[in-house]
Amino acid sequence: MNEGAADPGLYDFNPWRGRPKIEWPDGKSVAVWVSPNLEYYEIDPPANPHRKSWPKPHPDIVGYSHRDYANRVGHWRMAEAMEKHGFKGSVSLSVALCDHIPDVVENANALGWEFFSHGIYNTRYSYGMDEAQERAIIEDSIRTVRDATGQTIKGWLAPALTHTPRTLDLISEYGLTYTCDLYHDDQPQPVHVRSGTLISMPYSIEVNDHYGFFVYNMSPREYADTLIRQYERLAAEGAASGTVMCIPLHSYLIAQPHRIRAFEEVLEHIATDGRAWITRSGDIADHYLTQTEVSA
Amino acid sequence: MSLDPAYLEYTRRARGMDQDLYSWSKLSDRAPIAWPSDKGVAVALFVNLEWFPINPTDKPFRAPGHMQTAYPDYRHYTAREYGTRIGFYRMLDAFAQAGAKASIAVNAAIAERYPSIIADIIAGGHEIVAHSTDMNGTIASGMDEADERALILSSLDMLEKVSGTRPRGWQSIARSQSWNTPRLLVEAGVDYMCDWVNDDLPYRMTTPAGGIINVPVNHELSDRQIITVQQQSADSFAEQMQDAFALFADESTQGGRMLTIQLTPYVMGLPFRIEALEQLLAWLDEQPQAWFATTGEIADGFAAS
Repeated sequence: MNEGAADPGLYDFNPWRGRPKIEWPDGKSVAVWVSPNLEYYEIDPPANPHRKSWPKPHPDIVGYSHRDYANRVGHWRMAEAMEKHGFKGSVSLSVALCDHIPDVVENANALGWEFFSHGIYNTRYSYGMDEAQERAIIEDSIRTVRDATGQTIKGWLAPALTHTPRTLDLISEYGLTYTCDLYHDDQPQPVHVRSGTLISMPYSIEVNDHYGFFVYNMSPREYADTLIRQYERLAAEGAASGTVMCIPLHSYLIAQPHRIRAFEEVLEHIATDGRAWITRSGDIADHYLTQTEVSA
Repeated sequence: MSLDPAYLEYTRRARGMDQDLYSWSKLSDRAPIAWPSDKGVAVALFVNLEWFPINPTDKPFRAPGHMQTAYPDYRHYTAREYGTRIGFYRMLDAFAQAGAKASIAVNAAIAERYPSIIADIIAGGHEIVAHSTDMNGTIASGMDEADERALILSSLDMLEKVSGTRPRGWQSIARSQSWNTPRLLVEAGVDYMCDWVNDDLPYRMTTPAGGIINVPVNHELSDRQIITVQQQSADSFAEQMQDAFALFADESTQGGRMLTIQLTPYVMGLPFRIEALEQLLAWLDEQPQAWFATTGEIADGFAAS
């Protein structure tokens, strides 16, 4: 990026009207990927001068244990619902989860889910890191996921969405092909980086379950209705353009007892509709990159 | 401990307003407005098309919708850009579908950066309203007068250069003005402004440099207010606009009325919300009393009656 400039220079302007169509496999209109955030939050992380970890003094019991619900209960309930309707996850992974609760990672891997990095912990932020530190978390991510799952990560979602001006250049240099941190589009788009090939993977941040429940304060059924509307629109527009819809999830939110069944109806709706290529983010990136010339 | 005696002096305590910009006037006492169409309710679709630099300067204050995290805030920079690249085009298509001409309040930076958007706005028959320079271009008292004048003129100049027409209307970011703004707008040749929200119809203001029309674009009838701030749904937003229209349609027996609907591409242009706007526009298009009008047409209709 252009550090310090008003325009970070991440991508070219490309208005929605009149774009060439992206052809998805089997003539599908919209590529749908589900992104469970499998995370680990530390109870007593060191302070980052640019962002506080927990709103309350440590230990923040409700904040910490709410998120820990994911690994004890939520993940398993969410994964069962996804499997039932044929959705493989594309996991935004706090890679230290491989060390703390390998059972969750092994379960996801056995289900055929893809892993990309969401940093080491969701309580360690990139703000203020020097280049060596940032390289260390990227190398740690690649190594840890490979050791735990045999997979080579292709994507990045910055821990707690915290960045430095060099993050995108570095992940591209390490051979990652997509970032989930840019929210300007409903199609993959080339990203300007110093070296390598990087695209933005649409992450549909506004329909993230955290946005639904804690930014827009929706009820479970309103959130489910929102996802269906999002899907219907992108499937309709995608017939002419080829769109991407992500469903970004946190199982400590979506797999709560009052929410999971409304959500399951969304999965059923999309799975039975017929216009969706139900897939994983890495497969979308691979497919897009075989169709489109992207250069740094 | 006591207050200065001046604290109990009331120098403007007299019938009428405590400032000289305009005089009091009761809505129902005014001579009825007849719009150039024979319809009772002018409907102004008013879109804010904005560019947020990733490095907010906060002088004199940070605009609503601006960056929120530590630098670099990719999340909000790109989510706002989503509105410009994609959401705004959904809106343009929706306006075309309903045969509606809209008023687009454009940051000059949009014209400078994305001139093809300006061409698309003009091709759709919409009006361009000047909306400062970019989202760092906020105004408030304390700002140097020469700086404020330069900001206003650079916005108008850039929009004229790219669009070929000098904007006649102005809206400040967050509707925030200094004591000088109305006069500076008059001096810059602006015919009307959309910052003051104290009426349901246009009215005249007087400044030392001459007069200006205020076209009140109701800050409450806004997707950013109803959806983002008040956390109500897109369907509820549309329903509230229908309720407001129905009231004005009834009141239009006393004279022309206007309904402003303020839209934000990165709010209402999202996939899960745009259909509610499309349905609202289709409903408005069916109302016999509705006349889709730009704020410029409304200002002219007011001035002519």
